[in-house]
Amino acid sequence: MTKLLSMNRRNFLQASAAGLAAGVAPGLIGSPALAQTALTVGFIYVGPKDDYGYNQAHAEGAAVIKKMPGITLVEEENVPETVDVQKTMASMINLDGATLLFPTSFGYFDPHMLAMAAKYPKIQFRHCGGLWTEGKNPANTGSYFGYIFQGQYLNGVTAGYASKSKKIGFVAAKPIPQVLQNINAFLLGARSVDPTITCQVIFTGEWSLAVKEAEATNALVDQGADVITCHVDSPKVVAETAAGRGAFVCGYHANQSALAKDKYLTGAEWAWGNVYTNFIKAAQSGGKLGNFVRGGLKDGFVKMSPLGPAVSAEGRKKFEATLAEIMAGKFSVFKGPIKDNKGNVVITADKAYAEDAIDLESMAYLVEGVVGSTS
Amino acid sequence: MTVEANDPGLSVAAGSGASLRPLLEWLARRAEPVAIGLVAILIGLALFSLFILAIGKSPITLFQLMYTGGFGSWFSIQNSLSRAAPLLLTALCVALPARLGLVIIGAEGAVVLGGVAAAASAMPFVGIVPPVVLFLFMGFAAAVVGGIWIGFAGFLRHYRGVNETISSLLLAYIAIALMNQFVEGLLRDPASLNKPSTKPLPKDYMLGQIPGMDVHWGLVIGVVACILSWVLIEITSFGFAARIAGGNVRAAQIQGLPVGKLIVGFTAIAGGFAGLAGMIEVAAVQGSANASLAAGYGYTGILVAFLARHNPLAIIPVAILLGGISASGGLIQRRMGLPDATVLVLQGTLFIVILFCETFYGRFKIFNPDLWKRS
Amino acid sequence: MEDTGIGLWGVPLAIFAGAIRVSTPFIFVSLGETITERSGRINLGLEGTLVFGAMTAYAVAVMTGSPTLGVLAAMATGAMFGTIHGWICKWPKVNDIAIGIAMMQFGLGLAFFLGKSFIQPVAPKLPSIPLGSWSAVPQVQAALNINVLFFIGAALALFLWWAFKNTRVGLILRVVGDSTDAARAMGISPDRVRLLATAAGGSLAAIGGAYLSLYYPGSWNEGISSGQGLMAVALVIFARWNPIGCFLAALLFGGAGALGPALQSVGVTQGYYLFYAAPYVLTLIILIATSSPTRALAGAPGALSLTK
Repeated sequence: MTKLLSMNRRNFLQASAAGLAAGVAPGLIGSPALAQTALTVGFIYVGPKDDYGYNQAHAEGAAVIKKMPGITLVEEENVPETVDVQKTMASMINLDGATLLFPTSFGYFDPHMLAMAAKYPKIQFRHCGGLWTEGKNPANTGSYFGYIFQGQYLNGVTAGYASKSKKIGFVAAKPIPQVLQNINAFLLGARSVDPTITCQVIFTGEWSLAVKEAEATNALVDQGADVITCHVDSPKVVAETAAGRGAFVCGYHANQSALAKDKYLTGAEWAWGNVYTNFIKAAQSGGKLGNFVRGGLKDGFVKMSPLGPAVSAEGRKKFEATLAEIMAGKFSVFKGPIKDNKGNVVITADKAYAEDAIDLESMAYLVEGVVGSTS
Repeated sequence: MTVEANDPGLSVAAGSGASLRPLLEWLARRAEPVAIGLVAILIGLALFSLFILAIGKSPITLFQLMYTGGFGSWFSIQNSLSRAAPLLLTALCVALPARLGLVIIGAEGAVVLGGVAAAASAMPFVGIVPPVVLFLFMGFAAAVVGGIWIGFAGFLRHYRGVNETISSLLLAYIAIALMNQFVEGLLRDPASLNKPSTKPLPKDYMLGQIPGMDVHWGLVIGVVACILSWVLIEITSFGFAARIAGGNVRAAQIQGLPVGKLIVGFTAIAGGFAGLAGMIEVAAVQGSANASLAAGYGYTGILVAFLARHNPLAIIPVAILLGGISASGGLIQRRMGLPDATVLVLQGTLFIVILFCETFYGRFKIFNPDLWKRS
Repeated sequence: MEDTGIGLWGVPLAIFAGAIRVSTPFIFVSLGETITERSGRINLGLEGTLVFGAMTAYAVAVMTGSPTLGVLAAMATGAMFGTIHGWICKWPKVNDIAIGIAMMQFGLGLAFFLGKSFIQPVAPKLPSIPLGSWSAVPQVQAALNINVLFFIGAALALFLWWAFKNTRVGLILRVVGDSTDAARAMGISPDRVRLLATAAGGSLAAIGGAYLSLYYPGSWNEGISSGQGLMAVALVIFARWNPIGCFLAALLFGGAGALGPALQSVGVTQGYYLFYAAPYVLTLIILIATSSPTRALAGAPGALSLTK
């Protein structure tokens, strides 16, 4: 095992030279694996790789880097957040020679990935979603995430124009900061169109629970919500049920337009392929992998689904204007004054959080106009 | 293998000396489950090979990988043992009541509530008492809560005539709901942002690894629990009474055995073991109670117990076999590109054949000294 | 603001609509299990059959464009799983409970394995009957948009209830279920009856799966069932092996399951995990209230290993 590691490290150091050679004379070198730094990369998913949602978005990103020269991709799906994931990481390192690991589920971070990082200090670990802290977490670990709430804000803009009942709905898994950001951004987007709009949220309590997600969607539509979005692992059921009941749908994780057809307004999608490509390029060229990597629409971490036919001309105009502002880096979704739905001021009038503001990552409130509770 | 064939070699051996005979008889009786079990495993693997051939992959590669991943190196063996550890205790939760003729399928409930109880009871004492004392507190709290939970199913069975299979399953679902409510409400550590958890145990208050091994102490606790359970059933009068009651409740009642106490006692001990499994998950793996406690160990334990024919000592090898299959499953996914479900198909095939082969018990003369020729 | 919500009326409506929407898989699985258990055999593995049925129905519907063919194909595979279970369990010393659990693993594994390529495509849905067109309220219309399988399930419950009592087949089934020896004395082959009863049970359970994947929630992925098959088997004991009881228990369970989302939608948002546990708590309470320690479970087949 030590031998395997040192070999990989040696190759690692030759990276820049080999990279240059491949760039100058492609095809002259017989094996592309020799031309580029050989790098074994491990991906771990908490659910099935093809769930039409969270895990699939990551697996599609992994598929992008699989095509890069010199890359050996090893993947494991349905790995629970227990000792299993620790052993899976160790197994990828010991048996497959992986030197860069991407455990993609939030619950993998603490204690599982941190334990493995301490044990294998020469291996690089990059985790999706975790809050990596300088000085507290080891240097061979890091986290990456996207400001997908920007996408939910734009979802909300289209919802604001599409809603006739002035009630929109959100099917959510658990009241955690990443989900609360999305719910709040969705309503703030809608309120930028019409400040009387309210958003009803239903928590299902689990990340993947098909029948309950369908029931939640039906309950929202029964209460008059006419635009529905969600934050669960697999939005397939919510999109189909909502469209079946005649409500408009804003997508999440991936493009669900094929499921909701003309009821699809737009959707907030991950673009993990870009993120993973950047990591791999850095690793192959011997550069330093970032420890705290974040990005939004502007950075290509997140993208929007093409607008559906139900988006009005007016809605399209506002959507595009807002998107342009976000792309220019001049927009802040969470701009004071904002009250929570219990009446407390949570963001004062003089504050406007940029998307990378660290305060947002510990959001624990629902903004005024959201009907729901965080516990 | 021919049924009830006269084995000439056996006659010779049996006739070769009276002093050897008791030893041979002892060996023959012990050899029966081992021989039938091994042949069953071989048949199961052969059937599974057909499935792998049918999908166009090589069974030989697959079995090589299974060996490498499950048992081929010290690393792999430790991997298998780590995964087997929690199953020892949850299988006991099924096997002990089974000796009384009860089918308990709700060990999962005792695991999650045991974990919550352990985490909650640790909170006031961290930093005040030494770690060993804290573990005793946590283990006690977890065992009591788990014992009450499954013991309640036993109580309902005896004193209210409620079927224990359905009540234990219902109680498991209720327990998971309670666990979520506690972890996201009353007991939530405010610092656990995106994965609601109780306050984590400090590093020096974690139940560590067995010296010289990469496996936590849960394995030792599990093995000891299996041995104690064997002693309880096979040697104590309590166990003797339970075996009579398991054979025929009415006969036991006529004999004046305290059937009610036996049922509640056995189910409570069983639940205590499952609760202890939850405590170990908290103290040795997770560091806190959270939704990952519901990892399905309780359900896998049912299978382990039935495969071990509810013999506490047989639970140990069966759990290790299951741990090995699960450890090698990852390697099969990564190297052969087969989905995670492959392992489920393998487990299903293997277990169906093993359980089917129970029909051959007592059919082979070689294992049944009573049928041997008297010399 | 144009208010199209129906406020607090949403809760009873959601319970009513949820009872109908959510209950159908429970109805079919528990009716199937009733047939099997009435013959003296238990099949704990119907969760695997249900999920395999869901996958088969979805796959066939995608490939042929016909959801009806999907349901029929699911029934065929369900019968096959039941036959395997029945055949294995007829051998002496084989434990039917354990085989059921192993068959569940096998069914789930095979369904996930073969179903990989059908997660992305969209299958045509089973049709529903719009019984609510008399109402002007869209919520009521939606609630009364009822799938034909629900009515088939209701009719089947009535039919089985009648048939157990009044037909020769029903009588044979009950005799075999109560005493293997008595059945043999009457010249009935218990093994064959149990084999057929297990096959019929599997076939019905697979319809429950087809309802999940082709109607509600109407999607195929590995998380499509959250243990409905296992819970439905438990409901059979709850319903005392009575087909009408199964139907009512399934409705109760489905309705209670709709409570959690419905309450949140009208603003009762605290403690939703506890509301989600309502179906289980309710079932347990009724079970405790209606059981009695002094007599054996009324209606329990005598030869059943689970209730001995």
